[in-house]
Amino acid sequence: MNVVDPFIINLTVFVLAVVVGYHVVWNVTPALHTPLMAVTNAISGIIIVGAMLAAGPEHLDTGTVLGLVAVALAAVNVFGGFLVTQRMLDMFKKKGK
Amino acid sequence: MSANSVALAYLTAAVLFILALKGLSSPVSARRGNVFGMVGMAIAVLTTLTVTHNVAYILAAIVAGGVVGAIVAKRIQMTAMPELVAAMHSLVGLAAVLVAMSAFNNPVAYGIAAAGEALHAANRIELFIGTFVGAITFTGSIIAFGKLSGKLSGKPLRFAGQHWLNLGLGIAMIAFGIVFFLSPGWTPLLVMTAIALALGVLLIVPIGGADMPVVVSMLNSYSGWAAAGIGFTLNNNMLIIAGSLVGSSGAILSYIMCKAMNRAFLNVILGGFGGGEGAVAAGEAVEKTYRSGSADDAAFLMGNADSVIIVPGYGLAVARAQHAINEMSNLLTEKGIKVRYAIHPVAGRMPGHMNVLLAEAEVPYDQVVEMDEINNEFADTDVVLVIGANDVVNPAARTDPNSPIYGMPILDVHKARTVLVVKRSMAAGYAGLDNDLFYMDKTMMVFGDAKKVVEDVIKALQH
Repeated sequence: MNVVDPFIINLTVFVLAVVVGYHVVWNVTPALHTPLMAVTNAISGIIIVGAMLAAGPEHLDTGTVLGLVAVALAAVNVFGGFLVTQRMLDMFKKKGK
Repeated sequence: MSANSVALAYLTAAVLFILALKGLSSPVSARRGNVFGMVGMAIAVLTTLTVTHNVAYILAAIVAGGVVGAIVAKRIQMTAMPELVAAMHSLVGLAAVLVAMSAFNNPVAYGIAAAGEALHAANRIELFIGTFVGAITFTGSIIAFGKLSGKLSGKPLRFAGQHWLNLGLGIAMIAFGIVFFLSPGWTPLLVMTAIALALGVLLIVPIGGADMPVVVSMLNSYSGWAAAGIGFTLNNNMLIIAGSLVGSSGAILSYIMCKAMNRAFLNVILGGFGGGEGAVAAGEAVEKTYRSGSADDAAFLMGNADSVIIVPGYGLAVARAQHAINEMSNLLTEKGIKVRYAIHPVAGRMPGHMNVLLAEAEVPYDQVVEMDEINNEFADTDVVLVIGANDVVNPAARTDPNSPIYGMPILDVHKARTVLVVKRSMAAGYAGLDNDLFYMDKTMMVFGDAKKVVEDVIKALQH
């Protein structure tokens, strides 16, 4: 048997992640749907990893510059997303605090 | 770090992202969940830094973006959350496009092609998908941002042959994708990206302001799929996992929003609703009578009740009356009256928006109840105060099969013993419909600005 194509491995991970995502997200309480969107915004900032790899090659060229721009854009999401989520969650308090 | 250690660190980060979402199942665990998310992201970024060059430049870019993000996160008004979220989706979309372009520019650097070799067939497809989803997300989110922030008109923009134009562009985009697949080159890639950018605009302009909660959720989903697509291109499992989590989350939120508005997803996406076009001219010219009262009357009724349910709509936030309403409900609670808030899923401008707006005004979250949980309790409630809401309490959704909102889930306010409705005038709501609730014998209209009325109620309660 030959080695499994990386695409198939990716697809396996993808399908499993969608199943996990489906179950986890249905468990999110509707009251926290806005923080959910904010935190998923931050998590989709994970594209920063791809951007860093794009900016990573030793010689600076068009590709690395595009990568650096993408790093900055994704960093806005990462920091903005997590911090605004934190700010919102800090507001949710029980009675008689 | 070795490739194996990097992959294991990425796995840790991916698990932490799942835990971050899991934490949101309750306000108690949510903050810890968010910390998990931050730690996961830190692990992912620091690990990646060990395998790249240009570390100084990369750190500078992170700091630049991070400062902007942190300032925005600190300053943004909670009413402006939908705009912020839309703006952030556009950034992810653009970043995905840039990363895909960069990967195409230098595939060897990513280890997805040997030197001098062309991209693999699978990589070409992944690159194509990552690019076009990213491009549509980018421009679509900008339009959504414009509509939500009022910089663009919230009215649906429609013209003849719109759907055919979009279909044609979609086909052209795929055609250039096939060209790119057969002979990878910059020309087909750039043309395809340009078409996708145009499609992003054209797909969102016909959708009305009232449907923006669905659009924002949908773009949230797209931004996740774009990240996952880039993960496929780079053979990076963590990107795939994180992207898929976001993608499923947005898809589920879109579904929930559509269901709450009783609209088919496709119907929302094809657009044209929420701009008054579909507003049925109120057929009957019969003058219906209603009862109106003052804030003092409202205070008297609520002050003598055993239980009060407040139904806030977006009008409450527009009038900036959240803090006042919290003060009012505190006064009622002190009198021993049971006060709760009933939230319709589309009460705000995005999923869960009203909950955040109330939380910001320090309303305890255990007083805030979702529609399905509280609907059975209206019949046993003395007074319901509807403030800034209209269509979501329209009984026609249950009783009149001819109504455009027939079948939409509503709060059963009309079952309560007394209903108070705070409104500026008798004007119709978003859907342009009259509301029978206002003409019921048990209903008392209180006309005026929501904040002014609530403040007057507070004064009356204090005497």
